[in-house]
Amino acid sequence: MMLKVETLDLFHGDAQALDQVSLAVEAHSVVAIVGANGAGKTSLIRTVAGIHKPARGRILWHGQDIAGWPSHKVCELGIGQVAEGRQIFPTLTVRENLETGAMLKRAKAKRRVNLERVLALFPKLAQRERQAAGTLSGGEQQMLAIGRCLMGEPSLVMFDEPSLGLAPAVVGEMLRTIRTLASEGLTVVLVEQNVAVSLKLADRAYVLENGRIVLEGTGAELLADDRVRQAYLGL
Amino acid sequence: MSVFAALNGRARWLLALFVASLALAPVAADRYILSVLILIFYFAYLGQAWNIMMGFAGQLSLGHSLYVGLGAYVAAALWTKFGVGPWAGMFAGMAVAMAFGAAIGWLGFRFGIAGVYFALLTIAFAEFTRIAFDHMDWTGRAGGLFLPVRAEQAHQWWNLRGGPLLFYYLALALMLGALWLCAALRAARIGHYWLAVREDEAAARALGIDVFAVKMKAVLISSAMASVGGTFYAFYYNNLFPAQIFDMSRSIEMILAPIVGGLGTLIGPILGAFILTPLGEGLIAATEEAGLSAPGTKAVFYGLALMAIVWVAPSGVWPWLRRKLGLETP
Repeated sequence: MMLKVETLDLFHGDAQALDQVSLAVEAHSVVAIVGANGAGKTSLIRTVAGIHKPARGRILWHGQDIAGWPSHKVCELGIGQVAEGRQIFPTLTVRENLETGAMLKRAKAKRRVNLERVLALFPKLAQRERQAAGTLSGGEQQMLAIGRCLMGEPSLVMFDEPSLGLAPAVVGEMLRTIRTLASEGLTVVLVEQNVAVSLKLADRAYVLENGRIVLEGTGAELLADDRVRQAYLGL
Repeated sequence: MSVFAALNGRARWLLALFVASLALAPVAADRYILSVLILIFYFAYLGQAWNIMMGFAGQLSLGHSLYVGLGAYVAAALWTKFGVGPWAGMFAGMAVAMAFGAAIGWLGFRFGIAGVYFALLTIAFAEFTRIAFDHMDWTGRAGGLFLPVRAEQAHQWWNLRGGPLLFYYLALALMLGALWLCAALRAARIGHYWLAVREDEAAARALGIDVFAVKMKAVLISSAMASVGGTFYAFYYNNLFPAQIFDMSRSIEMILAPIVGGLGTLIGPILGAFILTPLGEGLIAATEEAGLSAPGTKAVFYGLALMAIVWVAPSGVWPWLRRKLGLETP
């Protein structure tokens, strides 16, 4: 197993954000995490990424426990994240944003190849290479955030609400991009408000409620589940 | 010269022309002009050091006079008390300044003291140190520390004893050395990480950047550079007073050139020093000539210059000039 989370507990002060969360991510698969606002999806991603320190539990990366590792060490393992809210560097150019993502030790030598790959994946970024990232449209900024993450040569990418605040046409493009990346062999953990689409994309999915995993199965199983259909799909 | 690979052809020619004319300037310039140029180089150098903290890493320091003062006092004291030469003294001053920088950085960055609060911390350290030196018998308290002045003809460059030419080329080397160093840092991993931290710390962390370590490197490199400027200052002026060298107005003076020239740019600190220093010195000369000289004239001028720049070109003169000249430089 590529990534295995075992009975993870996380607290923000007194409030428990994650309660005995366990999940598994197989290499080259897409795992969706579904849940309402405040269910703990972002907390889970940020804990795996090393930004929050869990109170208990293990995070196994290819069998090695990395719970509590600082985020810069986690990134060097090949665990990337596209954080919520398009955190690009606004006054740096598109090119500088991408280069910054390629400065990890694991990726520095391959930065030319990766740059070509990212620019081929997002031709719009190639057109705007010398433009300040803050001047891009919302969709382009999200592409830049994804591209910058890919520059770090990750083997697993955790996407946190990649379609948040984007125009519907762009949302489709975004999800197609993630599907393309997955088909090329990237392992994906996807947190997405667009539940129907993310379940269709997912090999395996988990439903989080109040910091607890309440349901898990293949994407198709959850799509057919009455509770999911009622609570998240409005059917 | 790979660090200047980002420059286009025209920018390289202009840079070469600039360096060559400064190298040859002493042929034509008199002592007064040379002394003004030395001052320009000195402020360009210190501006470059401060620019690493604020322009690159986004950490506002208003207490850089601390590092300059420590570099000055340590080297001067070692020279006058123990006969240790200034080149060795420079490294000792660097070590002391870096220790202070590490303490400030650790306190600020470990405990999340950011923005203006971090700036206050830097001011506090500079002020405490000034007061300490005011009462330290060993370095002459508030009465000052004086370096023995020898004949200019001595020409002992290894002891930094000599005439204006020695200090002219030394200051020029400092300014150009700092430009090279900053260009190299800017192009390296650390330069990218500084800018990322300046732009968005949370995003930088998500990208695998050790934010604390990156900021610590900024304060260490910047304090070391500033202290070297202090050693130069001590041996150039031959006298040191705590109230002068550690004063907050010194810290402010130091940050004007990069702000006016263009924060976070490589040429900004140099351009800013070339604009501000001659105007400030010229103003003093003019008011003295007219019999109107009053203390604080320069401070008023600097204040006005700062207001003008914030009004006309808030990102500094260099980004504007660069566009006009059609240059591409970082």
